[in-house]
Amino acid sequence: MKRFSIHFGLVLILVAGRAVAGDKPPEPAYFSWQVKDFAIDRPLGGRVGVAERGMAVASDGHRGNCLACHLLPISRDEVFGDLGPPLAGIASRQSVGAIRLHVVDQSYFNPETVMPGFYRRPEKLHRVAKAYRGRPFLSAQQIEDVVAWLATLK
Amino acid sequence: MNRYLAFFVLMLLVAPLMAGQARSGYAYLTPEARELQDDDFGNPGLASVDEGQALFYQPGANGKPCAACHGDQGEKLDPERIARYPVYSERLRKPITLREKIRQCRSDKQGGPALDYASPDAVALESFVRRLALGVPVAVDVSGPMAAHYAAGKQLFHTRWGQVDIACHQCHDYHAGKHFRGQILTQGQTNGMPVYRLATGEIAGTHERISQCLTSLRAEPFAIGSPEYIDFEVYMNARGNGLKIETPAIRY
Ligand code: HEC
Ligand code: HEC
Ligand code: HEC
Repeated sequence: MKRFSIHFGLVLILVAGRAVAGDKPPEPAYFSWQVKDFAIDRPLGGRVGVAERGMAVASDGHRGNCLACHLLPISRDEVFGDLGPPLAGIASRQSVGAIRLHVVDQSYFNPETVMPGFYRRPEKLHRVAKAYRGRPFLSAQQIEDVVAWLATLK
Repeated sequence: MNRYLAFFVLMLLVAPLMAGQARSGYAYLTPEARELQDDDFGNPGLASVDEGQALFYQPGANGKPCAACHGDQGEKLDPERIARYPVYSERLRKPITLREKIRQCRSDKQGGPALDYASPDAVALESFVRRLALGVPVAVDVSGPMAAHYAAGKQLFHTRWGQVDIACHQCHDYHAGKHFRGQILTQGQTNGMPVYRLATGEIAGTHERISQCLTSLRAEPFAIGSPEYIDFEVYMNARGNGLKIETPAIRY
């Protein structure tokens, strides 16, 4: 009986905790990541990406804005760019882990790249405007969403 | 020995190609935008030149307008010298930009009132004075004490800025001529400054334009007229040595 009540209490606390925080716990500003063989195999912070949201991030001027530099297989090409290669078919050329590293920090592939590091360690950034300090360009969830979408481009 | 010599000769041949040739932003404009820039009446940037001309006739605190010393149309100012700014001041031991020189004249030769570096009046006077040198090739001398400022400016131009974490040269040296966000990237030259921007409908000088790029990189801009921007200007103007002055240029 005593044992049961301890367990019961624990479950209550867990349920209450979840209810307060909502389904998604708030995201920390930064998760560290590891590169092996030019790939990041583990999703950032264990987040699960949603491809549809990733497409929105990739074409949004204030978030990913991949469209500023890449042709994407979506119909919004009035603000496109061609600094980088078209991304159609990327998943048939590269592994998901490699795609993740491209999006997180392209300078691993090319130290002189013009592509922003979307998930570089914030302390490495220089003279960031106040409103953006202490966090990378995209959140871990946004990175995973974008990676999930790119993984569908076969 | 021969191998080293061959390598040396090869490097001599290749170096100018690697350095790249300076091209004015004009080279990347659409035909319509070029026409607008070349139109002596329709160029919307000329409003700033006209404003500057009106200020040129306005007396300072000592009753003297700029025109009293420099001629009714500014004809006593030497266009070749205007194209050399920034120049080094031995007295102040720092580079003086064209806008700073105008501010000095306002304070020292007109007895004030002081001209704020970032004020629209300062931009307008700069537009008027630089327009006098239309077509003259930029010729900044970066020898002697200017060398250190040129090097500092180059360093700034090659620094990654802000949350976006890209350096100026990565867009403006490596990717000129390509599309970024639907716009054609240019080399980020300054021979058209102050320029009229089609994107904003406003006039911008070199410091204002650097601030705009820094802001788009989500970086904290420096103050207009700051030592950092002056070093930027020394490097950027000299980087465009030989380009003809186009003030007021039309740009995106
Ligand atoms: C400022 C321009 C720029 C932006 C913005 C940009 N990229 Fe890139 N990207 C490049 C360039 C240039 C390359 C080519 C490799 C290089 O030069 O580093 C590249 C390469 C890539 C590659 C590797 C392609 C391959 O075939 O190997 C991927 C994947 C990629 N980018 C994804 C993205 C995504 C996703 C976004 C938005 C979240 C994005 N990029 C935003 C410029 C950009
Ligand atoms: C009382 C006379 C006087 C007035 C008024 C005056 N200046 Fe000057 N200005 C000079 C003299 C003398 C020089 C050259 C010596 C020096 O650099 O101080 C000069 C230099 C300059 C130069 C640099 C020319 C060069 O060859 O490097 C510019 C540009 C200039 N003035 C613009 C202006 C403007 C704009 C105004 C009005 C806001 C103005 N000046 C008012 C006397 C004057
Ligand atoms: C992500 C790419 C990018 C980066 C990085 C960048 N700029 Fe720009 N810059 C642009 C675009 C786009 C324009 C508008 C088109 C053009 O004139 O090239 C522009 C325009 C300019 C111009 C106007 C050129 C003219 O002829 O009027 C100057 C000057 C300039 N940038 C300076 C800088 C400086 C200094 C930095 C570094 C602090 C910088 N830019 C970083 C994209 C960039």
